[in-house]
Amino acid sequence: MHKLLADQPGAKKFLLGNEAIARGAIEAGLAFASTYPGTPSSEISLNFFQMSRESDLYFEYSTNEKVSLEVAAAAANAGVRSMCIMKHVGMNVAADTLMTLAYVGVRGGLVILTADDPYMFSSQNEQDNRYYGKLSGLPVLEPSSAEEAKEMMGYAFDLSEELAEPVIFRTTTRLNHSTAPVVFGSMKKRVTTGDFTKDPFNYVTVPAVSRKLHVKLLKHIEQAEALSVESPYNFMDGSGKYGIIANGVSYNYVTDAVRDLGLEGKVKILRIGFSHPMPGALIKSFVADCEKVLVVEEGEPYMEEAVKAFAQEAGYTGTIKGKAPDLFSRLFEFDPAMVRNAIAAYFGVPYDRKPPVDVSDIPELPQRPPNLCAGCSHRATFYAVNQATKGMETIHPTDIGCYTLGFLPPLSAGDFLICMGSSAGTAGGFAKTTNKKVISYIGDSTFFHSGIPGLINAVFNNHDMTLVILDNSITAMTGHQPNPGVDMQALNFEGFGQVSVESVVRGIGVPHVSVIRPYNVKKSIAAIREAIDHPGVSVIIAKQACTLFERSRKKLTGKPFYVSDRCKNHRNCINDLGCPAFYVENEKVCINASLCSGCGVCAQICPEHAILPLK
Amino acid sequence: MDTTRLIIVAVGGQGNLLSSRVLGEAACRLDVPVRMSEIHGMAQRGGVVESAMIFGDAQSTIISDGEADLFLAFEPLEALRALNRCNADTTVITNTSPLPPFTAAIGKGVYPDLETITQLIKSKVGRLITLDANALAKEAGNELSVNIVLLGALIKTGVLPVTADSVRDAIRETTKAAFVETNLKAFELGVGAV
Repeated sequence: MHKLLADQPGAKKFLLGNEAIARGAIEAGLAFASTYPGTPSSEISLNFFQMSRESDLYFEYSTNEKVSLEVAAAAANAGVRSMCIMKHVGMNVAADTLMTLAYVGVRGGLVILTADDPYMFSSQNEQDNRYYGKLSGLPVLEPSSAEEAKEMMGYAFDLSEELAEPVIFRTTTRLNHSTAPVVFGSMKKRVTTGDFTKDPFNYVTVPAVSRKLHVKLLKHIEQAEALSVESPYNFMDGSGKYGIIANGVSYNYVTDAVRDLGLEGKVKILRIGFSHPMPGALIKSFVADCEKVLVVEEGEPYMEEAVKAFAQEAGYTGTIKGKAPDLFSRLFEFDPAMVRNAIAAYFGVPYDRKPPVDVSDIPELPQRPPNLCAGCSHRATFYAVNQATKGMETIHPTDIGCYTLGFLPPLSAGDFLICMGSSAGTAGGFAKTTNKKVISYIGDSTFFHSGIPGLINAVFNNHDMTLVILDNSITAMTGHQPNPGVDMQALNFEGFGQVSVESVVRGIGVPHVSVIRPYNVKKSIAAIREAIDHPGVSVIIAKQACTLFERSRKKLTGKPFYVSDRCKNHRNCINDLGCPAFYVENEKVCINASLCSGCGVCAQICPEHAILPLK
Repeated sequence: MDTTRLIIVAVGGQGNLLSSRVLGEAACRLDVPVRMSEIHGMAQRGGVVESAMIFGDAQSTIISDGEADLFLAFEPLEALRALNRCNADTTVITNTSPLPPFTAAIGKGVYPDLETITQLIKSKVGRLITLDANALAKEAGNELSVNIVLLGALIKTGVLPVTADSVRDAIRETTKAAFVETNLKAFELGVGAV
C-alpha cells in the first residue's frame, strides 16, 4: 500500500513537505485532485497519482493549470472535496478561472495549492502569490513547516466549506522540499461522488448574476477576516516590548534567532498563517504595546503594507519596518543568519557570528551547470537546426522544459523566453519586425499546455516562422509526468486517451509539416532546410523518446560508442554537440561508456568516421 | 538539545538524497529532532545537489554560509566550491575520488589537483578527513554505495547525535532489500576509514 494511505493514526514518519501536504489532504477526505506539474509542487501530485492507482481517489494530470482548476472547480461544485496543485506561475495561467470562480464559490471544499519559488531555484520569476488572495478576494493560508502543512490542510478544507469559497494554500520551495518527522492523524472518509443542482441565477456569470455574486464575495471576505482574527494559525509567541510579525519559513528563522540572540522576554512574535484577509483586529492589538515592530517576510512587503495600514488606523506611532536597504530585501530567499543579523541590528542587540572561511584564495573552479543528458534527442535536433541554418541570421524563441538548457553554447539554441507557450506566440512578432529567420522550440507537453493558440495565431496571421516541436513523449523536466500525447497503454496505464501532436498540427492547417527522427542527422538537416525555405508557417515534429526516461525503464537498446584510433582530433563531436559522455584524456577525446546511450549522433558527424559502437 | 548542522554536497546521481534520508530516519528512531532541506531540481541533469540537515532544537531547515558544524562532500571539487558553508571549527569529510565536470572536459576551466584541494581545505577548517569512498564502495561490492561509505565516516566523527546502530537499522529499513548486505558492509568500511 502507498505509505501515505496507511491508516495508522499516531505513526511518526520522516516526510517531505510535499508528502505531508498530500497526507494532510488525504486525512481531510480529499476525493478529487488535478494538476499541471511544476517544481516545487510536483511531488504532491506524483503521490496523488500513485495513490489514485490503488484507491478511489480521482487524480488527473490536466493539460494546463487553467483547465486543471476548471475541472476541480466543477468537482467542488458537485460537492466533492477537491484540490488543484500548481507552481506559482501556474496561477497566472489559471487566473482567469480563479477570479470569477471566487464570485461563484464552491460547495465541497476546494484547496488551490500554489508553490512559490523565492530565489527561482527552478522558475522564470519569483512572484509572490499572496497577492492573488488580495486580487481574487479568496482566503490564503501559509504553513511554516511540513508538520504544520499537514494539519493546515484539514483546516483549509473546513474553511473552504464554511466560507463556500476556494482556499489558496501558499507554500514556498523551502517548505515543499524540506523533510521532517510528521505524525499521521486519522483519515476522513472520501466522498467521491456528489450532485449538481441547476441554479443558473447563481452559477451562470452573466453581468446581472455577477453583480449579485460580487456582493456575496465581499460578504465572504468580511466573514473571512473575522475567521482570520480567531484562527489558530495566526498566533503569538513570547512576550516583550519589541514585536516581530513573520510568516512561512521566515517564522522559523525568527524563532531560532530570538533564541540564539537571547531575546526571550524582550520580543514577542506574531505568526501569520492565515494571510488573506489579514487579521486586522489582532494586528492592532499586537502592535499597540510594542516599542517598535519588524515584519519578516520573503518576497513582497505584503504583510508590511497591511500592518502599516492597520497601525495607522489604530493611531500607532512606533516604527514599523520590513523591506529596507539595511534590513530585508524583496529579492530571493532568506536564511537564518540574514534574519538574525537584521533582528540584532533593528533592536540594537550585539551579535558576533563565526565568519565563513575566507575563500578569496580559492582558484577559479570549473563550473558544473546542469546539462542536457548524454544522448538527449533535443541535442541532436538543435545540432541539425544549427547545421541547416549555417550562415543565416536566426532568432530562436525557446520555451519551458529540459530543452531550455540548450540555450548555452555550443548549441546556443535559445534567444528569447518568457513563459510556457511563449515560443509560439513571440515568433510571430519577431518574424514581422526583423529580417531574421525565426525558428522556435517547444516541447510536447508545453505545446499542449499553451503552444497551440500561438500556432493557430501564426497560421491565421500568416507569420513566417518555423516551430520545432521537440516531442519526447513525456513531461521530462518535472520528473516524467504523462501528457496528452503519451501512449499510456505502453506504460501499463489503462483508461486514457491519446492526442497526436501531428494530427493537431495538421488539423490547425499548418501548410508545411514534417516529422523527423533526430538521431538520423542527415535526413533531419534536409527536412529542416526544406521547412525553413517554406514561406509562412512550418512545423517540424522531432520525435524521439526521452533518453533519461527510457534508461530508467531499461528500454535503451543502443550500444555505447567509443573513439577509435582513426580519430584525428577535429573535435567536431565535443565542440558542436557538447554531450556530457565525452571527456578528454591525454589530449584525446574519449567516451564514457556508462553515460553513452548509443544514440550514434556523434558517429554521424565525425569527419573521419572514427566513432564506432562497442562490440 | 544543542543544535548540530550538517551540509552534504554531491553531484546529481551520487545518491546523497538517499544518505540524508537514511540519516534522518536514524535520528527519528532515536527521537532526536531532525529537519532537512534539499535542492534537487536538477539532480538528474548533472548539476550539484545539496542537502542541509539540522539536528536538535531548531526550526530552520536551511543553514547559512559559515554555519555548518559538519560538512560532507561526495566529490573533492564540490567540497572546495562549497567551502564558504564552513567556519574555522567545521569538521570536513571529503571523498577524494574526482568526478570532473563536463566543462573541464571541453577545456572551460581546469580541474585543480587533489593535493591543492585538500591543502586549501585543511588550512581553513577545524578538521579534514579524506577517504576514497569509491574504492571502499567497490570493496564493499557495489560501486553505487559511495553514499553509504561516506555515511559511515560521518557517524565515526562523533559530531552528530546519531548512533552507528541506529544508522544500521535505518539502512536495513530504508535501502532496497537486495542491497542491504553490501550497504552494511559499505557502512563499516566508512566507519573504519576515519
